[in-house]
Amino acid sequence: MNAYKKLNKSTQKLLINIVVIFAVYIVVTIMDASGNLSSLMRGLLVPVCAYSLVAVGLNLCVGYLGELSLGHAGFMCIGAFTSAFFSKAFQDTIPDVPRFILALIIGTAMAAIFGFLIAIPVLRLKGDYLAIVTLAFGEIIKNVITVMYVGKDSNGFHFSLKDQMSLGMELDGKMIINGAQGISGTPRQSTFGLAVLLLIVALIITHNFVNSRTGRAVKAIRDNQIAAETVGLPITKYKLTAFTLSAAIAGVGGVLYAHNINSLTATTNNFGYNMSIMILVYVVLGGIGSFSGSIIAAVVLTLLPEMLRGLSNYRMLIYSIVLIGLMLFNWAPSILKWRQQHGLKAILSKFNKNKEVQ
Amino acid sequence: MGFLTYLINGLSLGSVYAIIALGYTMVYGIAKMLNFAHGDVIMIGSYLVFIGMSNIGGEQTGVMQVVKVVVCLAVSMIICAILGMVIEKVAYKPLRKATNLAVLITAIGVSYFLQNIALLIFGSNAVSFTSIISWQGISLAGGALKITGNAIVTIIVCIIIMVALMLFVQHTKPGQAMRAVSEDRDAAVLMGINVNATISLTFIIGSGLAAIAGALLCSSYPALTPYTGSMPGIKAFTAAVFGGIGSIPGALIGGLLLGIIEILAKAYISSQLADAIVFAVLIIVLLVKPTGILGKQIKEKV
Repeated sequence: MNAYKKLNKSTQKLLINIVVIFAVYIVVTIMDASGNLSSLMRGLLVPVCAYSLVAVGLNLCVGYLGELSLGHAGFMCIGAFTSAFFSKAFQDTIPDVPRFILALIIGTAMAAIFGFLIAIPVLRLKGDYLAIVTLAFGEIIKNVITVMYVGKDSNGFHFSLKDQMSLGMELDGKMIINGAQGISGTPRQSTFGLAVLLLIVALIITHNFVNSRTGRAVKAIRDNQIAAETVGLPITKYKLTAFTLSAAIAGVGGVLYAHNINSLTATTNNFGYNMSIMILVYVVLGGIGSFSGSIIAAVVLTLLPEMLRGLSNYRMLIYSIVLIGLMLFNWAPSILKWRQQHGLKAILSKFNKNKEVQ
Repeated sequence: MGFLTYLINGLSLGSVYAIIALGYTMVYGIAKMLNFAHGDVIMIGSYLVFIGMSNIGGEQTGVMQVVKVVVCLAVSMIICAILGMVIEKVAYKPLRKATNLAVLITAIGVSYFLQNIALLIFGSNAVSFTSIISWQGISLAGGALKITGNAIVTIIVCIIIMVALMLFVQHTKPGQAMRAVSEDRDAAVLMGINVNATISLTFIIGSGLAAIAGALLCSSYPALTPYTGSMPGIKAFTAAVFGGIGSIPGALIGGLLLGIIEILAKAYISSQLADAIVFAVLIIVLLVKPTGILGKQIKEKV
């Protein structure tokens, strides 16, 4: 206990987060083992972790770098497709475990590389212009992947942007990326335990990053770029680092996502701006700058529509109303003022005051 | 001749983008927010016109047809304008002093809401929108160059709207108020301008124009679903940024360029990669001129 108290506050928070995530993991595993988990929920376990990871990555960008990115689904997409490509291409040549580790590394690295390359031009822009350019990059990534055809035969890899025929493969060739149909038959290696582990690792990394020398510099740049420049911080370097890390974490989410489904396609809903926006909703609702908040929001908002499934057609309608309501409740200045006077905290403090008087 | 046909089709599509982009750019200029629900107002407007056209009277010809179209469009515009105003009052106004990001997410919520309302009412199957323009168009150069009625009407309507809007903003009292609010909201309040009314007016105009844009868009691309508005919405937003967000002539230039690039890319490079090319051009333009083609350069003060 003493050792715990010696830690600084944010480290304490991190420890609590990890313990909570671990506890949730154990509860869910027990529920699963005892058959108390519907197959629908079981199917959502890994995607929830994947979304949480992307949300953590995006939160790093929005909360600490202070730049709105609407293209994080693109990095997720790159992580997903490069890792699935690797897994599929070397399915027969490398044993399962090292192959997945390699796929994870490759997916993350590719997402990081793309994040870095995109960040160089993008970070020159500001505010809404930056947002729209990240959105554009996300769409380009998605769009290009839907027209990619890659096959493998005894002569090696074949690549085309036209169609399957123009690959000119031998008879023994097999398709790996099949245009709009994407990659099918990726080995399903993402387990819930693994997903939770990766999530915890990501939390630790982001926590350390945010509290490191670099992280403090990034926050200084966010709060006042001109002041940060004046004291001699290399702005571009720090911004690039933060953005690249953010993209890499989103890539990990993509790797998890890809190894959980049979057929991976790049549609508007799973990798387009819709997904980017959904992740952004998690980040904002969970609290900008709060990684645990992002995870909670991702979990709640993914499960909410599924819980409402009984209401069939009305569920997304209710979801949207809840979203608008929550945003107003959390951000509208007039409601915040009302909450200060009449909310739970105000009532509690009044109660305490009365007690003191007595 | 093929090139000219593509160019005219591009101009026509670009005109639609320009009209939609107006809604984005005006709201951004005055309320400093990205109204992501704008694309879905277009979709609602299209459905309204569709209902009107398929339920009122039978097949008309000549003048009666034009009257019917005008009546349907007018009703749709009025309903969309009211919708825009209600959205602003309910969802955006309470958040006016909150961070931009909160308003953005709320706008996304409104967008989901409109899509799902439409999904409940009209179902997810596409309905086939009959063009509001029955004129077949003209053919020039002995039939080698055909220009559809849709394209001609769309381009003309776009020009009329642009001119009318520029005159409105430059030469009327409410237009002046709009410019004042976009310049400096706090100073506008001190000058006795009713900022709330001005922002409402902006939403009313933008949403009313969205109804026209929806009808024109669906006349050229007739499959209408609850998701019809979202991609043109994003493209038009891109167009607004392209031309310099907040600037009305910028919306026109951005919209037209985007439409032409999209159609030419579809025709000469690859139909599947057209979207990617459009976005790539946007990125290049923004890198060269970070505030768009006609955007104002705001100097940063220390």
